[in-house]
Amino acid sequence: MRHRNIVTVTGVLSAGALVLSACAGGSSDTVGASAGGGGAVKSTLQLYAYSAPKVGYDKVIPAFTKTAAGKGVQFEQSYGPSGDQSRKVAAGAPADFVNFSVEPDITRLVDAGLVAKDWNANQYKGIPFGSVVTIVVRKGNPKGIKDWDDLLKPGVEVVTPNPFSSGSAKWNLLAPYAAKSNGGKDQAAGLAYIEKLVTGHVKVQPKSAREATETFLQGTGDVLLSYENEALFAERSGDPVQHVTPPTTFKIENPVAVLSKSKNLAKAKAFDDYLFTPEAQKLFAEAGFRPVDQNVAKDFAADFPAPQKLWTIDDLGGWKTVDGTLFKKETGSIALIYDKATQ
Amino acid sequence: MRTSTGTRLTLRTIALGYLFALLAVPIALILWRTFGDGLGAFIDSVRTPAAISALNLSLLIVAIVVPLNVVFGVATALALVRGSFPGRGLLQAVVDLPFAVSPIVVGVSLIMLWGVDGWFGGLDRLGIRVIFGLPGMVLATIFVTLPFVVREVEPVLHEIGTDQEQAAATLGASSWQTLWRITIPAIRWGLTYGVVLTIARSLGEFGGVIMVSSGFPGVSQTLTLLVHSRYIDDHNVYGAYAAATLLMGLAVLTLLLMTVLDRKRSTT
Amino acid sequence: MTATLFRRAEVPALPAPEAPPTPGAPKARHGLGRPLGVGLVGLWLSLIVLLPLAALTVASFDQGWSGFWDAVTAPVALASLRVTVLVSVVVALVNAVMGTLIAWVLVRDDFPGKRFVDALIDLPFALPTIVASIVLLSLYGPSSPIGIHLNATRPGLLVALAFVTLPFVVRSVQPVLIEADREVEEAAASLGASGWTTFRRIVLPTLAPAVIGGTGLSFARAIGEYGSVVLIGGNIPRKTQVTSQYIQQQIEIDRPVNAAAVSVALLAIAFVTLFVLRLFASRSQRREEASA
Repeated sequence: MRHRNIVTVTGVLSAGALVLSACAGGSSDTVGASAGGGGAVKSTLQLYAYSAPKVGYDKVIPAFTKTAAGKGVQFEQSYGPSGDQSRKVAAGAPADFVNFSVEPDITRLVDAGLVAKDWNANQYKGIPFGSVVTIVVRKGNPKGIKDWDDLLKPGVEVVTPNPFSSGSAKWNLLAPYAAKSNGGKDQAAGLAYIEKLVTGHVKVQPKSAREATETFLQGTGDVLLSYENEALFAERSGDPVQHVTPPTTFKIENPVAVLSKSKNLAKAKAFDDYLFTPEAQKLFAEAGFRPVDQNVAKDFAADFPAPQKLWTIDDLGGWKTVDGTLFKKETGSIALIYDKATQ
Repeated sequence: MRTSTGTRLTLRTIALGYLFALLAVPIALILWRTFGDGLGAFIDSVRTPAAISALNLSLLIVAIVVPLNVVFGVATALALVRGSFPGRGLLQAVVDLPFAVSPIVVGVSLIMLWGVDGWFGGLDRLGIRVIFGLPGMVLATIFVTLPFVVREVEPVLHEIGTDQEQAAATLGASSWQTLWRITIPAIRWGLTYGVVLTIARSLGEFGGVIMVSSGFPGVSQTLTLLVHSRYIDDHNVYGAYAAATLLMGLAVLTLLLMTVLDRKRSTT
Repeated sequence: MTATLFRRAEVPALPAPEAPPTPGAPKARHGLGRPLGVGLVGLWLSLIVLLPLAALTVASFDQGWSGFWDAVTAPVALASLRVTVLVSVVVALVNAVMGTLIAWVLVRDDFPGKRFVDALIDLPFALPTIVASIVLLSLYGPSSPIGIHLNATRPGLLVALAFVTLPFVVRSVQPVLIEADREVEEAAASLGASGWTTFRRIVLPTLAPAVIGGTGLSFARAIGEYGSVVLIGGNIPRKTQVTSQYIQQQIEIDRPVNAAAVSVALLAIAFVTLFVLRLFASRSQRREEASA
């Protein structure tokens, strides 16, 4: 008798699983979304991005598919640590469009012949949005963190991702470096700060900005260094955090590029162009990203306060120099500090 | 050995308490958190296009892995039990190897072999994508599920002996007829049990596929990858619970099948 | 189900000798089939299991012996191995005790719902490891309703590993307990031995091989575990980062040789464990056969 009951339950559950799988699938993971969207899907674009911009693309992609250029385009999106994502695409992961955190991750693809050399030829140098480096603290700021020096107070644990896989980590380290070295003029002072920070206050190595946020929200650390857009995302999600942007910080610029071997080159290029339109810029701004279109930026000035001093990558000599001297494996100054502290 | 009532009750309490704290309570909590807002929220969460695609992909991988494991598993078991060739001990050890390999190491090994810089990297230039494609995930799943059918069929083959098969041969049956009509029916419960174990392990594979998957929701995410991605990437804790509950449902289903078959196996 | 994992020890090393063929029996039919079958099986196992592991080993020596050695002895790599082995040993010992206890209760005791509890033991085997991770995280993580926060701590790792390795010792001890000869225990009791003495001197020695076998298997499983610790462990280098997470990190930061080298080290530990277990199992089997 019991045996028959077990068989019946088993049968019912199996049937349930099969019925569930008979429904059509798709890429959207929002509740209530219909598979494939309305209308025939004519092409698919595969987007490989760093870990933080999904909140922006959640707004921009639906808007793009409503335009004439984007009609019938279905998106497949992958998010992860910028360096790791770039490594995967270089190793053959399928992609039509990439949006990484730092320029070297695009350069890797240019060197591999996957992205055209003129990817950043437009007026915005291939950068549709950006942010600033900010310090995220627990709600109420119990440790009273206001500036870079506060991070070196005894007992303060700083959460920042691993610079060898994450783009965010590089920005996070460049901000205090630029502040302390006066824009790279006093390298020794900048590196001295980085050494104290990494050796004494960084204990975990999350692989990406998003994982760093998760680690911080789960209770590890007193301070999280991150993108301003990621801080806004956490706050708007209701997490008990707030962010403090130090007076001197760094301008984050996140580049995009089209893969030249894409099977949907025209659509990918159309998407690329779309990201720079005022409509898309406004949507990125609403999602917490600092737009590059100055007219749109004016409207959102309240959300994005201007820091007293904003260093940029050009002040330090451009990404090629910075990556080569500071972050290159085995030889970069910051890379060596990080290796020594974590090895 | 007669234990006093006191001892018996103490042991029972400790055992049940341990199981309660380790198994029962966490699972009950997840179920409560998943269904606390009603069945509707759960159904919606597992019916998103990405979740359906993940379920389909998991089932597709099972549909590929199981027949391959059945064919080669039975062949391996036959070779191990009925064969007499040099290297049987080595074959035995190789079949057991997957139990000793961490899923992450499985992923890394597959990357070293099939990746663009690997031994078979040339396949990528021919347009066949193994790593970051379905074949990679299938290979990882076959690796970890390889021993199950073999280990379940082997003892049965050993127990039934060759008498029936030899009788069939003397009556003029070809080896194929013998295999199909004598051997397979004799091992059917062991084989089915092995298949159920294979299905359970395939659905649960995570560490290996996360290394070789391209990670696109709706395309190359299995249910396990979906649970992980919802929790970490999407900050969608409820969604992660819902997907985990779905997987747990499938696991319970497998467990029920295992219990039913175990009884059939020991009574046949 | 795990009972069958240990049935292997009962299978003799050599196959029973084939009965001489009756006159006129067609034997030539098997002539080509058998070697072809074995060849195909060999090819399959090579493709699926041996070649990837060979590629892994070769890749780990891509920078020579010194490269391999440096990768394995890097302080954080060693720290992860230390954390992994330490936590796995503790879990294995916990399993040895609790697993035997649970098996005892399931075999020698009776209470309503015992069949349900018995079936529940196999759940960690059937459950995907990532589900185990999220299940334990909900109770013992940051949103714990009972205020226990084990995420990013070693006790958190212990709980996760105890969860997934639960069935090993239980299922290996159960069949032995079921078959155990109660008469010897009764004899000891009638001679005045206390319950504990009887257990220690009669029952335990009988169970010892099964307990050790199950403990070894749970250790081997624990050192390679990834899915169940990935959410609750916190991945803190030197504190809670297990070797599988270290290996994954090395791949993500584009250091594949390091990843391969540490993978080989982890495999070596697992192989040695299982080899020792196999030796022990065959030796105790021989001892049993001799005394039977």
